[in-house]
Amino acid sequence: MKLLGFIIVCLTGTLLLYGTGEFPDWGDPNSPASIHLSNYYIEKAVEQTQVPNLVTAVLADYRGFDTMFETAVIFCAGLACFLLLRDFREKKERFYRHVPTGVILHVKSGKKVLKTGKEFEHMDKDWVPSDLIIKTVCRILIPFIQIYAMYVVAHGDFSPGGGFQGGVIFGSSLILLAISYDLKTLLKRVKEKVLGIYAALGVLIYVGIAAICMPMGGNFLDYAALAPLVWDPHHVRALGMLGVEIGVGIAVTAVMAIIYINIVSEGRHDEGL
Amino acid sequence: MTDLLALIVAKYNYWLYVILMMIGLYAMIAKNNLIKKLVGMNIFQTAIILFYVSIGYKRDATIPIIQSAHGGNDALAAIIHAADYINPLPHVLMLTAIVVSVATFGVAMALAVRIYQRYQTLEEDEIRMRLVDIGQEK
Repeated sequence: MKLLGFIIVCLTGTLLLYGTGEFPDWGDPNSPASIHLSNYYIEKAVEQTQVPNLVTAVLADYRGFDTMFETAVIFCAGLACFLLLRDFREKKERFYRHVPTGVILHVKSGKKVLKTGKEFEHMDKDWVPSDLIIKTVCRILIPFIQIYAMYVVAHGDFSPGGGFQGGVIFGSSLILLAISYDLKTLLKRVKEKVLGIYAALGVLIYVGIAAICMPMGGNFLDYAALAPLVWDPHHVRALGMLGVEIGVGIAVTAVMAIIYINIVSEGRHDEGL
Repeated sequence: MTDLLALIVAKYNYWLYVILMMIGLYAMIAKNNLIKKLVGMNIFQTAIILFYVSIGYKRDATIPIIQSAHGGNDALAAIIHAADYINPLPHVLMLTAIVVSVATFGVAMALAVRIYQRYQTLEEDEIRMRLVDIGQEK
């Protein structure tokens, strides 16, 4: 099997390497990819959309349909992780640690629930609390990561950034919280239900902005039709793109968190990693 | 030989991506462990992403953000030359492809976790043995 695989890989590789002889040189301004549509985008995008960042202009306006279904794919991935892994059965045995003394309590019957707080904390058999240094550093760092994520979303029209990137940064800040404390700490702040609603809400914002254009007299995703609704009709396309990017950011944030939470705890939502 | 060397030097970026892609493909075909297969898939996707980004590059061009349009006045003080800005289209495609690859990787990991819960292993041959055992019991 290994030999057969190696032969197949070598054959494919040789064919592809042979094909590179026909490819344009690196950085050639007259390569086929750069002479048809991209020149139109570069020369007309600012005039037509008032957005200086061409990547955002192409992403959210010219190729708006593509990005909309891309967001739907992300949503479906989160849904698939949830449906594959989520396990609603309560764990019967629980472990608690008495914080001042370090004594570990083992509760065998499923019904007794100890209040966790200053005195007791949750624990898993194979889970150890993180170090104080890690907790403190992450606690200081997380708000700044989240502000940066929102900056990346909001400034996506003018500088490198946008909904996907900002959403991933925000989602990773939630994951950092789950790693440095434990999964229960994250789920106390962001409920599972809220995450699910936010993932759907992000897609809904995108589709909603696109659909509102139709009763206003434009095509689906034609932001120019929204001009009577906004305070700055001259920049209506930029504002429409900003709204769409916010929707994408919310959806990506929630889906990142859903995927992480379900995979690390095998769907049981206990302490996790 | 000198022809081949000249070809490699002229197209070394494509050669690197093809080699990276073949590493990923080999891992997907020949590795026994499912997680290693997934890592191979990720390497494969990375090679394709790099390939697209390198297609968009133009010599002596800058990132596709128009500086003269900043500052609120869209009066377009300067005429925009397409040769001054790299191709934004591959970047758009790869931007979404990166996030979708993260999402597909998440789903693949979820499937791997389910397989582990059921068969207690992630090695492909062992899973096949378990499947044969289950078939014989029936």
